[in-house]
Amino acid sequence: MSDVTPKKVLLEPILSNNPIALQILGICSALAVTTSLQLSIVMGLAVSLVTAFSSFSIALIRSQIPSSIRIIVQMTIIASLVIVVDQILRAYAYEVSKQLSVFVGLIITNCIVMGRAEAFAMQNGPVLSFLDGIGNGAGYSTMLITVATIRELFGAGKLFGVVIFPTVANGGWYQPNGLLLLPPSAFFIIGLIIWGLRSWKKDQVESAEFKLSAHKVKEAF
Amino acid sequence: MSKSNDSIQKIVTVALALCVVCSVIVSASVVILKPVQVQNKTLNLKENILRAAGMLSAAPTKQEIEEKFAQITPKLVDLDTGEYVEPSAAGFASMEAFDQKKVAQNPDTSRVLTSAEDQASIKRREKYAKVYIVTEGDEISRVILPVRGYGLWSTLYGFLALKGDADTVVGLGFYEHGETPGLGGEVDNPNWKAQWPGKEVYNENGEAVVRLVKGGVNPEAADAKYSVDALSGASLTSRGVQNLLQYWLGEEGFKTYLDRVRSGEAGNV
Repeated sequence: MSDVTPKKVLLEPILSNNPIALQILGICSALAVTTSLQLSIVMGLAVSLVTAFSSFSIALIRSQIPSSIRIIVQMTIIASLVIVVDQILRAYAYEVSKQLSVFVGLIITNCIVMGRAEAFAMQNGPVLSFLDGIGNGAGYSTMLITVATIRELFGAGKLFGVVIFPTVANGGWYQPNGLLLLPPSAFFIIGLIIWGLRSWKKDQVESAEFKLSAHKVKEAF
Repeated sequence: MSKSNDSIQKIVTVALALCVVCSVIVSASVVILKPVQVQNKTLNLKENILRAAGMLSAAPTKQEIEEKFAQITPKLVDLDTGEYVEPSAAGFASMEAFDQKKVAQNPDTSRVLTSAEDQASIKRREKYAKVYIVTEGDEISRVILPVRGYGLWSTLYGFLALKGDADTVVGLGFYEHGETPGLGGEVDNPNWKAQWPGKEVYNENGEAVVRLVKGGVNPEAADAKYSVDALSGASLTSRGVQNLLQYWLGEEGFKTYLDRVRSGEAGNV
């Protein structure tokens, strides 16, 4: 990242440098929690807050962190924040925390949080790092919400738990696609989104690692 | 990062300082939020008990839950004799102090099940269980039993509510499970749960015959009143639900107690 402006760090991760679509990070939780829109929004918020505050605290003490133990220092800060978020959810959003269960705890291992701490917060000031955390959290949330909208709407005929398409099982007309409720479907949806995004923004396409050379040698038949 | 940061002294100082700060933050959040969390948990449990007993409206308020719950009496039952036990006699400080999960884990108050006995895959069965009863006059009108058993991924914890005849189902609900959303997770589906009220769990010989039927229940069949549709796409969860119900309604579970309820012996509260 050559030049960093607050606006850039905040907005760039949403489409042009999306942590899920371009960096392919945080896929695990994206598969797990996107069965319902409400869960995805809470999860997105939790990840944004953890990323923002962990980046902020790490940037604050970055000049004091000995490089030999920097990863474990980052992990400790992230883990503490995740526990705090988990406790708050259990106290004030009990129903949601019950459904998210282990996935809140697993934010600790979400590569986005760690990645931003190591790649950005160790080199930049606290305020910029905070915004970068929010930006990346927003990028993660955008992706989660998009996937969850598709999965919940076509998998269960609902949005936010409210019936949009009455399903056949409940006497309606819509035959839900059960595959969408299973984790693999998130892979397909994310794959399609990445395809769409890269067709639109050509600069996201990675250069080929090798080139197939033309067939020159004539083989004996 | 300057060189001095990597001296041993600096490393130890930073590590210690960080640990102290982080542990203070973590413990503070846990301690401060604990009362609210405990409240949530108890309220959730009460709501589930009432929900199984069919005593709640669709979106109950906190007040409604508390009010309705006041009509319910918790009782400790000795599962082997089927008799009520005072919490103090069984070694518990109070009815509130009785924690079913802890009791089931404690070797003093539970026993290991052999694989032949362990129909519900719960590994240990506690000696005492906390049941909830609703009385009308002197008669028991509803009995709410805690049930649990293994589904596909997780142990399902729930409540089964029976009428005073200790046979007719009032409702069944699970408050804790980790089954696949949309498949096994459909045990929470109100439409599926709506099939339970009115079903009977014991046949003429007193055997727990309630079961889940693949492909839907044929209303003409002789055993239709003991049968409920299995969950589509969730054979193992359905089997788990059937096993846990048959287990907890059987000799090992609440059968002795329920026989006493039926004969009126457990009626005098």
